[in-house]
Amino acid sequence: MSEHIITPARYSIAGDEFLFVEISEEMSLEAFFRSISITQRLEVESLDGVQEICAANASYQVRFDPDVLSVDVLIARLKALDIEVIQQSVRRLETRVIDVPVLYNDPWTHETLMRFRDRHQDPEGTDLEYAAHINGFNSVEDFIEAHSASPWFVSMVGFVAGLPFMYQMVPRERQIQVPKYLRPRTDTPKQTVGYGGCFSCIYSVRGAGGYQMFGVTPMPIYDPAQTQQHIDDTMIFFRPGDIVRYRPVERAEYDQLVVLAEEGRYRPRVAAFTFDLDAFNRDPDRYAQEVKEVFSEH
Amino acid sequence: MSIEVIKAGLSTSIQDTGRSGNYHLGIPPSGGMDQRALRAANLLLGNAEDAAVLECALMGPVLRFTRELKVAACGAEMTPRINGVPQPINQVLHVPAGAVLSFEFVKAGARLYLAIEGGIDVPVCLGSRSTYALGSLGGLEGRPLKVGDVLETLSVMGAALVGRSMPRSLMPTFGTHYELRVIPGIYDHRLTDEARERFYQEHWSVASEADRIGYRFKGGTPLDFVTRKPPFGAGDDPSNIVDACYPIGSIQVPSGSEPIILHRDAVSGGGYAMIGTIISSDMDLVGQIQPHQTVQFVPVTLEMALAARQVYQADLEQLRRMP
Repeated sequence: MSEHIITPARYSIAGDEFLFVEISEEMSLEAFFRSISITQRLEVESLDGVQEICAANASYQVRFDPDVLSVDVLIARLKALDIEVIQQSVRRLETRVIDVPVLYNDPWTHETLMRFRDRHQDPEGTDLEYAAHINGFNSVEDFIEAHSASPWFVSMVGFVAGLPFMYQMVPRERQIQVPKYLRPRTDTPKQTVGYGGCFSCIYSVRGAGGYQMFGVTPMPIYDPAQTQQHIDDTMIFFRPGDIVRYRPVERAEYDQLVVLAEEGRYRPRVAAFTFDLDAFNRDPDRYAQEVKEVFSEH
Repeated sequence: MSIEVIKAGLSTSIQDTGRSGNYHLGIPPSGGMDQRALRAANLLLGNAEDAAVLECALMGPVLRFTRELKVAACGAEMTPRINGVPQPINQVLHVPAGAVLSFEFVKAGARLYLAIEGGIDVPVCLGSRSTYALGSLGGLEGRPLKVGDVLETLSVMGAALVGRSMPRSLMPTFGTHYELRVIPGIYDHRLTDEARERFYQEHWSVASEADRIGYRFKGGTPLDFVTRKPPFGAGDDPSNIVDACYPIGSIQVPSGSEPIILHRDAVSGGGYAMIGTIISSDMDLVGQIQPHQTVQFVPVTLEMALAARQVYQADLEQLRRMP
């Protein structure tokens, strides 16, 4: 995709302690790679006064101490890093592929979405029916197939503790887009698989949310009690760059996996993987197939 | 055993100066919403300035002390009572063994900070004892206090003098209307000129949804966004953006209707456009505003924010040097 146009990043001060940097107004893996490359370099530099670096889908932010580091100096440094990143075009990421079982159309998100119908674009239907309809699918089943058939790229972690935002690895014309709820809900079941804009997410905790709700996963992804062996002492499972394969499961398997999770015996299927942005851009469908096959090789 | 919780109050949680370094994973700083008051209560007692205290919102807890301890309460005007007898805030109090400490209903401000000599002893979680309730992390089992909880304290750090009080000149005053200073930016170019102008002219009142995650405001005119084709991935409401990080103190306006200031338990990111950020030295004040009270947002420059920051820090220095 050499025709990809590189636009200058937009820097905006946020109060006296934050700098907000928008790489691109729209989502793309190119923007994500630029953002994560700059933030990783800034991390390595450990500049005096930089307190927290948060990468996001197509932007990032830096919290800094203005008594130590002036925002002008910070911006100048980030602009220089941006130029380096664009020129060197490192576009490979050592990452992992993770199998995430999903019970689509589950009873718990269904109960919740019915409770908040007055905040929804289509009070007569369900979130799945609405998403299927506006994306031109003939049935909810076809929509679920499209949602789970191709892998997802974790392009941001946040909102609440450990929630992954995921971007589907398909050509843009096939990407699903849905609006967020008209007004955010005050409740979302834990481990709900949600959708807003072009992003799928997994809600790590029960709480407010504005994304459409499609299902739930039995897989714990946040572990404040530190009882899940697949989650390290950061308490957070996902990292930006992880690749997720959603696997639709039936209720019986879901229930079994929930029991395993409750007993601290859940073991997600995880495989090491090298993601190459150029190889992906050349043939997204073949690449998706490679990701899919990563587990059968093991 | 040190302190038994007889009534929990409206929302009482253990807080210190907060944790940093985990926001990129969605774990916010937490910590006292009014950091100045939290620090002042500790400083009065001779505790470490960042010791864990109780943050008590609007309606305080009822506590039974099973051994004698010194305490100090700073922040909102919620008169403490020891065995029913009213006591001053901003002063070191002696609570005898067996006594009950309670609070009158709040007169001004919204959050009182009760420091206890030694500081509250709960495990340090990711570098802080602060409660992050949304993530069930820190504090006591990751939640606000409830009836039957028992609080322990760490060993005493300093020798606080009963009766030591904050000089009147350092005591905060709380009103019913506030001006909050904002550096406009981030996505404020997406507002129409009229909407932006009106946002800073009108009075906004605090809605009932005002907590440690965010303060929601209502009563102003809904904000109009410039019409445009939504960028890919953002969602089609004009207030939507491709999900990004939210700075603490940033103001988002979902669907243009009710602005929300994110505070110390903030969600770390999401898809609503932010139109500016409260300056750091005014964040303590946000946590002291009661529901239904009003604010006016005042646009300022970075230079003005940095000057206000100097004033804030000089004020903290004075607290550290108080006699």
